[in-house]
Amino acid sequence: MTRSGLVEEPFSDPEQQRRAALFGMTIFLATEILLFGGIFAALIFYQAAHREIFVETSRELHIWIATGNTVVLLTSSLFAALAVAAAKAGNGKATGWLLGVTAALGLAFLGLKGWEYALEYGEGLLPLAGGDAKLGEPGKRLFMDLYLMATGLHAVHVTIGVCLLLFIAARIATRATRMPEQATTIEVSTLYWHLIDVIWVFLFPALYLVR
Amino acid sequence: MSETVTGRGGSEEASREETVNETQSERVSYLRAGHTLRSWFFTTDHKRIALLYLISVTFFFFIGGMAAGLMRTDLLTPQGDVLSNEGYNRAFTLHGVIMVWFFLIPSIPNVFGNFLIPLMIGARDLAFPRLNLLSWYIYWIGGLFTLWVLLAGGVDTGWTFYTPLSSMFANGNVVMAAAAVFVVGFSSILTGLNFIVTIHTLRAPGMTWGRLPLFVWSHYATSVILVLATPVLTVTLALIVAERLFGLGIFDPALGGDPLLYQHLFWFYSHPAVYIMVLPAMAVVSELVAAAARKPVFGYWFIVFSSLGIAAVGFLVWAHHMFVSGMSMYVGAVFSFLSLVVAVPSGIKVYNWTATLWKGHISLDPPFLFAMGFIGLFVVGGLTGLILAMLALDVHVHDTYFVVAHFHYIMVGGTVSAFFGALHFWWPKMTGRMFSIGWGRLTALFIFFGFNMTFFPQFILGYLGMPRRYHVYDPQFQVLHVLSSAGSTILGFAYLFPFAYLLYALRYGKPSGDNPWEATGLEWTVPSPPPKHNFDEIPVVTREPYDYEVEKEGGA
Repeated sequence: MTRSGLVEEPFSDPEQQRRAALFGMTIFLATEILLFGGIFAALIFYQAAHREIFVETSRELHIWIATGNTVVLLTSSLFAALAVAAAKAGNGKATGWLLGVTAALGLAFLGLKGWEYALEYGEGLLPLAGGDAKLGEPGKRLFMDLYLMATGLHAVHVTIGVCLLLFIAARIATRATRMPEQATTIEVSTLYWHLIDVIWVFLFPALYLVR
Repeated sequence: MSETVTGRGGSEEASREETVNETQSERVSYLRAGHTLRSWFFTTDHKRIALLYLISVTFFFFIGGMAAGLMRTDLLTPQGDVLSNEGYNRAFTLHGVIMVWFFLIPSIPNVFGNFLIPLMIGARDLAFPRLNLLSWYIYWIGGLFTLWVLLAGGVDTGWTFYTPLSSMFANGNVVMAAAAVFVVGFSSILTGLNFIVTIHTLRAPGMTWGRLPLFVWSHYATSVILVLATPVLTVTLALIVAERLFGLGIFDPALGGDPLLYQHLFWFYSHPAVYIMVLPAMAVVSELVAAAARKPVFGYWFIVFSSLGIAAVGFLVWAHHMFVSGMSMYVGAVFSFLSLVVAVPSGIKVYNWTATLWKGHISLDPPFLFAMGFIGLFVVGGLTGLILAMLALDVHVHDTYFVVAHFHYIMVGGTVSAFFGALHFWWPKMTGRMFSIGWGRLTALFIFFGFNMTFFPQFILGYLGMPRRYHVYDPQFQVLHVLSSAGSTILGFAYLFPFAYLLYALRYGKPSGDNPWEATGLEWTVPSPPPKHNFDEIPVVTREPYDYEVEKEGGA
């Protein structure tokens, strides 16, 4: 009814509220998995139908940039996990910094991905106006269409994640969010970050390692 | 009858006078907790959001209904004399898009689920009240896109947006329409998520899973589908838009893409979506039947597990929409079998409702008549669904009016009847006022007869070979079409009746008391209309659900 501490309206105790928040985020992550599930279904379906041309096109991707990106994103998840530990320990300052590092690694991922797109555009591999000179063969174009949709949608999620983490880091810096009372906020938002990471872990082999 | 109606709940001042301006419960209710527009548009009270949704879905129901009216008028004669070919395509597309995504899917969950789930489980609100409000705003962003499409001239792909028609050939506002459905999907997801978390975490002490009202169980099953199916539609529509806007052809046959993949992805959402529309209706009917029979429901756990069974098996039947699409015959056989399987839990429910009524002390109140209408129409819709689930029979009636009649029996005969049943049953709880019982009964009958007159001829039309989505037809079909159009007029008027007497009841209706139907359930223990925070003290539940006293009234 009234606010007692940091327990909000319908909840009666902090533990109940924490459970609800984590559960809510978990369900949201399930919806995200199904969102990407549609694209994965298309990828698997078309890989079976156009095996050779897909393998051939996959070989032309910049696997080393993508591998680097995998390392960057996995490392960022480590910092996200450390941020949760710091938040639970009540160390607000460390939490803020660790979230900042996580977001910075996310930005590095986006930078590398952008560079990769630019290279592909120059090579005539990107199915956008002016960048598709080498995509004459239908199957090749289909693969690159899927590639751009999948990685593009993922990049949108990384961008949202970076904004979210920076927003929380800023709130910790201005003491609008306090640790360890609001450690659940960190837990919930890093869950989202981990999912972005996990989706990439599946996208990477599906697009780059099918050679 | 009348003594059940005037009520004798806890608020002692009720029924003091003939017309009461404001009762004591009303003075402290959620309706009076703030009079500014801001207190409505920025409310996080689940009851107020439910009312916002009620007004919104009703608005879209009438827009969708007008499109149907245009079509039925055009179909009076074998020539297309009201609408052009293009215009007819646009009318049925908008009718479908608006009715499915802006009325049927949000109708019962977002209005009655929103209002009742916290009250039924003994909570003060949904787990995420601000998310709940956000879901309403997202609904309206999608709604405004739809209205824009309507004003900009419509879209002609059918509500299914099949490729390559939608991605390469259609001239209408496909991108805008797809965006509307894309956006409104997030509103569904947020509502489903909110319900699941609420039911898990906010049940009152003693409200065990076995004591949950069946309404809540069925909404739980609905929410699971909302959360797991909607994202697939979201990404599928995104793929269409990418193809139309940026030329990223995922379904383009010229690139080796497969339009059948689109159909698989679309129906992976849209078949479960059928259960999103009908499970909440079943939720309502379970409550209405138990309250009207004044008996514990027969086979509580059977009804619970049939809801969950429908949600689970409902995910495995989608390809029965594609029996004539040229997909593998073996796939067809498997999906045909699974589609027959999913009928079993529905059958169990109908059986249990009927058994609940057996030897009950049935009161012929409007909610009960609507529930009976639901059961009758749902049985017809369900049995004709079996015909469509069988491979060989489906080939004969596929894409004919038989299909149109079948799904209208479920969606309109079933869900809309249940929606009106819920509206009549919980109207006294939501507003604190009782409406005219006589008019309620009359409306229920008119809806039932108008509906049958509209859609039964369509079964015959379809069986005789009248294809769906055509407005120029062979003159031999005219009699049945005229019959159908005449029925739709009755149906249309019957849908308008409640506006008059329900709104009249708001001002002049008798105060209903806490429990006008003498039903069980926590929502009937609080005043009508409920106070802002539902319960002064969170209740402790010690009784089983639907514990009507059977023996005591044995002789009546």
